[in-house]
Amino acid sequence: MGTGTYLDLLLAGLAVTIKTAILAWIIALAFGAVIGVLRTLPSKTASWIGFGYVEFFRNMPLLVQLFLWFFVLPELLPKAAGLWLKQLPNAPFWTAAIGVGLFMSARVAVQLQAGISSLPRGQKQAATALGLTTVQMYRYVLLPMAFRIILPPLTSEFLNTIKNTSVAITIGLIELTGQARSMQEFSFQVFEAFTAATVLYLLLNFVVVTAMRFLERYVAIPGYISGK
Amino acid sequence: MIEIKNVNKWYGPSFQALKDCTTSVAKGEVVVVCGPSGSGKSTLIKCVNALEPIQGGEIILDGVKVNDPKTDLPKLRSRVGMVFQHFELFPHLRIVDNLCLAQEKVLGRKHEDALARGLKLLERVGLKDHAKKFPAELSGGQQQRVAIARALAMDPIAMLFDEPTSALDPEMISEVLDVMVDLAREGMTMMVVTHEMGFANKVADRVIFMDRGEIVEDAKKAEFFGQPRSDRAQKFLSKILQH
Repeated sequence: MGTGTYLDLLLAGLAVTIKTAILAWIIALAFGAVIGVLRTLPSKTASWIGFGYVEFFRNMPLLVQLFLWFFVLPELLPKAAGLWLKQLPNAPFWTAAIGVGLFMSARVAVQLQAGISSLPRGQKQAATALGLTTVQMYRYVLLPMAFRIILPPLTSEFLNTIKNTSVAITIGLIELTGQARSMQEFSFQVFEAFTAATVLYLLLNFVVVTAMRFLERYVAIPGYISGK
Repeated sequence: MIEIKNVNKWYGPSFQALKDCTTSVAKGEVVVVCGPSGSGKSTLIKCVNALEPIQGGEIILDGVKVNDPKTDLPKLRSRVGMVFQHFELFPHLRIVDNLCLAQEKVLGRKHEDALARGLKLLERVGLKDHAKKFPAELSGGQQQRVAIARALAMDPIAMLFDEPTSALDPEMISEVLDVMVDLAREGMTMMVVTHEMGFANKVADRVIFMDRGEIVEDAKKAEFFGQPRSDRAQKFLSKILQH
């Protein structure tokens, strides 16, 4: 490090936090969408898979999950694969993004399921009666409305994703909280270090909240009362 | 066109929604299905395009057996138009896009063709000016007319109406019925669940009266309104016609 200021340290940490959070959020949305849909299908198998997935990922503390992926998984795999995983460059980053992403995907799945279930039953019937297949019905009719309905709670989940990346400090990811810790260790200024980190978290989340509000307004449907 | 033979349907293990129902709708025929609430009339019409599965009997639509696992249901359904009590337009799509969606995704029509067909039908139901609006910006009667246009855009061989005016304010009922009367007079095959006896009297060929899951009466219009054979149909008629 040497030449940078403490602010540079914090900003570097912030960049890692943002990168991790964005990748984790993409994973959470993608997996959450698939699992959320599975939980609304009439098929018994599909809803069992959805049930198992959600209960597995949401009933274990995030910290334990990250430890599982980071410390336990490489030991469970065949030796070569485990070694490859341990030597992966940037392993804490990938583990954190995927771990937080999967943890959050269970929550996204439950919300999407609620969103889909809140739509009138007749919507499904109308789409079916027009000859749309199940995939087309979800793609063109149910999901566009369900995602609009759950946009406000999804904002909270996005914020949670950002905040949860701080747990990755325990597997050695030097993100914003990690940088604040190291800053405190260099300077013994606990108060200043964590105040600065707090302000950066608040700013980041403020940006996200504002962006999501714009998105909500952008996708709002004229004349449609969305129960806000 | 539509043949319903000895159809039985249960909801759960104990409640029988349809009991041995047998009837048919010939090509170009308009059949009105009426009866008290809970009599199974909506269930019956939803079985015709397999929105509801049946547990016994068979339904044949234009020569294709509906309750056969080998039947390509989406394809069969795309050939039968259906109109619902609560319109069920897709709220996030503009009126034109509501009309184009299934034409493009199910029938594979090009967007320009689907759009032209959609606009023509909107004009027919008197709503061309509203093409760019969203469903929530229209009144109930207008939404239901759009829903009829959406079903017609698929060039259906028959139309099913499930209480199309029951959710409407009184002053909007006639604008929807007018569209349906025109349709009937053009020779569309129609099966209509409704309490609008005026509509039945005007255009129906036959009237079916249902009660507790059974088809109690299935008669030509003149016979039905002249002298229904069953007591239950007489009672029902006297209650809804006395005002």
